[in-house]
Amino acid sequence: MTAAARPRVGVVTFPGSLDDRDALRAIRFMGGDPVPVWHADHDLHGVDAVILPGGFSYGDYLRTGAIARFAPAMTAVREFADSGGPVLGICNGFQILCEAGLLPGALIRNRGLSFICRWINVRMQDERGDVLQIPIKHGEGQFIASPQELARIEDEGLVALRYCSPDGVVDERFTPNGSANAIAGLRNQHGNVLGLMPHPEHAVDPDLGPTGGQFVFEWLFAAARERVPA
Amino acid sequence: MRLRFEIVVSLKDGLLDPQGKAIQGALPTLGWENVSDVRVGKHIELVVEAESEAEARSHVEEMSRTFLSNPVIEDFRVLSSEEASAS
Repeated sequence: MTAAARPRVGVVTFPGSLDDRDALRAIRFMGGDPVPVWHADHDLHGVDAVILPGGFSYGDYLRTGAIARFAPAMTAVREFADSGGPVLGICNGFQILCEAGLLPGALIRNRGLSFICRWINVRMQDERGDVLQIPIKHGEGQFIASPQELARIEDEGLVALRYCSPDGVVDERFTPNGSANAIAGLRNQHGNVLGLMPHPEHAVDPDLGPTGGQFVFEWLFAAARERVPA
Repeated sequence: MRLRFEIVVSLKDGLLDPQGKAIQGALPTLGWENVSDVRVGKHIELVVEAESEAEARSHVEEMSRTFLSNPVIEDFRVLSSEEASAS
């Protein structure tokens, strides 16, 4: 198999990462080659795509994701992202991408104060508008940005996923954490960096429940293949 | 010279502060019915070595802007400095 057919996808493990092993497993399950990357690594081992996994890197000290952004591996991730490489940040990974300035806005404490751990529905913000069942598990997933920044995000179509009802209705009632405009996932202007609070790596194997997360890995693999011609 | 600084990081005005809200909600149960506008922030102390107080302060403001606070959600104030005891 060519590298392009079977993308090599790195997963960066920070001190306090929790979902790195599930992410590695999901990559293999979805037909990719998982590549563990350590936070102290200075390069990404030539991967075609990279995932910043969920967890509580550096104990969420100072702010979620604030310290992880200075890890040596993040310098490599930034260069990779700047050169068009596909980067997926999940939960804490999303928080790290916001802190690193690779995505706009910030993630703060859930509006209801509680840590939320349950299956939710998100609607993809593309032409098809598929509704995906994916779990969330976070205490700080309320997306916010200044009114001007939020307007820019909407104008440029950067919202990738919004929280919704099981039949796809987007409304504040179905937004578990109070996120602005029901935002569950966000991409950058070039479309190669995606951050989301739901955990697609926990939703790929039909033996374990709904498989809404498969779409996210398909996006990541497609972006990786596009970048590395066969 | 070694100078000690205190930095207060607070959530921007108008931004919902769930911790402040929870504390405000709890105070009346202790009989404090006269409290409003509770906001929770962070207090950071550090010692900086620099040639002058102005230089030290500019370093502290730079690190506050780029790391100790997140300008998307927080404001910061560099509160005070005093000559730190030599180590």
